Amino acid sequence: MSRNPYVRPISTTTWYMRNGRYKVYVLRELTSFLVMFYSFLTLFALAALATSADRWNAFLASQQSTAMLVFHALALLYFMFFQTFPWFKLAPKAMPVRLGEKKLPDNYIIIGHYVAWVVISAFILWLAGVI
Amino acid sequence: MGTRNLELEVMRYDPEKDKEPWFQSYTVPCNEDWVILDAINYVKDNLDTTLAYRWSCHMMVCGSCGMMVNGEPVLTCKTFVRELPDKVRIEPLENFPIERDLVVVLDDVMQKLHQVQPYIIRKDDPPAENQEYIQSRGKLAIFKQLTMCINCMCCYAACPQYSLNKDFIGPAALALAHRYNRDSRDQGKSERLDILADHDGVWDCSFVGACSEVCPKHVDPAAAIQQMKVDGAVEFWKQKMGIVGDKS
Amino acid sequence: MAIAKKAVVWGLFAAGGTLTSFIFPALIALFLLIATGIVPEGLQYEQIHAFASSWLGKACLFIVLFLSVWHAAHRLRVVAHDFGIRKDKLVANAVYSIAAIGTVLAAFYLLTIN
Repeated sequence: MSRNPYVRPISTTTWYMRNGRYKVYVLRELTSFLVMFYSFLTLFALAALATSADRWNAFLASQQSTAMLVFHALALLYFMFFQTFPWFKLAPKAMPVRLGEKKLPDNYIIIGHYVAWVVISAFILWLAGVI
Repeated sequence: MGTRNLELEVMRYDPEKDKEPWFQSYTVPCNEDWVILDAINYVKDNLDTTLAYRWSCHMMVCGSCGMMVNGEPVLTCKTFVRELPDKVRIEPLENFPIERDLVVVLDDVMQKLHQVQPYIIRKDDPPAENQEYIQSRGKLAIFKQLTMCINCMCCYAACPQYSLNKDFIGPAALALAHRYNRDSRDQGKSERLDILADHDGVWDCSFVGACSEVCPKHVDPAAAIQQMKVDGAVEFWKQKMGIVGDKS
Repeated sequence: MAIAKKAVVWGLFAAGGTLTSFIFPALIALFLLIATGIVPEGLQYEQIHAFASSWLGKACLFIVLFLSVWHAAHRLRVVAHDFGIRKDKLVANAVYSIAAIGTVLAAFYLLTIN
């Protein structure tokens, strides 16, 4: 009996369409585009701030539009549900916390992240004068 | 006891005759308490003795009967027919070359299991006669989950990074390495990390998490790999700063 | 065999991921607010300029931008690989260059704000 193993071909570009688990993973990873986008948007803001008050106000005015409004609203939801929340859920896996003989339940760590997130967000919004 | 007719679409491949795999259909009258392995055994016993596949214990401890059932890598002795639709597609484990029918070539993974040095490594002198190594329950609890792996390789079938790069060491091998890294009796973490934190090691993992989701023994290899990334990152800086240590 | 340099980038990725997960929703919310035409007090020129002039402000802004761009860069490298672009060295150089540019720009602008 001679061996002739068969290797099943897989598409390196569309493999994630095979099941829901993979699709969710890809959506999660695509949030990295948003991170890069907002980092550079913040850089542009910084550039304007470093130039003059007029440039700063001009920058703020340029950001004012319905298109940007819709984009930011969608980006906010997408980021929260595909980056922030999944990150919190995975945190206890990467850094399990041991207390003596027992392990701190994952939920404590996850809930702790959510609480910290609310506090930090509130702080940022307070600094900005929103609340 | 009710029976339900299941239509099994089973992937066949004869290395001496076939150019590529094809599907053969069998209709199997299943008892409602059967697992899908029982249905496959029925095919072998009553319909087609030429069907080749691996199985042994029929109780989720040997790891032999891993296959793709409707696209999911599962232990066929753990998958109940009452949870399956009337049409069931059965294929050999994904990401492995097909030897024949539902039997896959596991050489690659077997080699990787050896590669991670899966044994206690000691730096200290051997114990004196009658001296025991004491390991408390708490210390055992740290890595016990990782010892549950039965090498069924469902994790490799689920891992997209392994499917894209066969050089990736992979979930089971990495979880096994971590099992020893976290064993309080072991002093070989640095040595293992030198291999694991090299190319095709832990860094190829992008934390898809599919491995942990399909693992029939809840080993959670994904968590093990992330912890090893942390260990690897810390170890990198320790080595750079000249802090030599074997057990931390 | 040695621990690959990927350990360094992964460390930045992990730190950046943690930071962005906590901070970016609020950041995006601020941009959202500005898009409606409302400029909160803290983002008026005097206030934000004062913040960015202080060393604490500079440090905070730099760390946020630094970790964010390196996190995004490393992740984009993996995304490229996941989408079938296998020229890893090329992709790595490209994305890390973008991150480096972002880092330099951030430092430059922050240093010139007085």
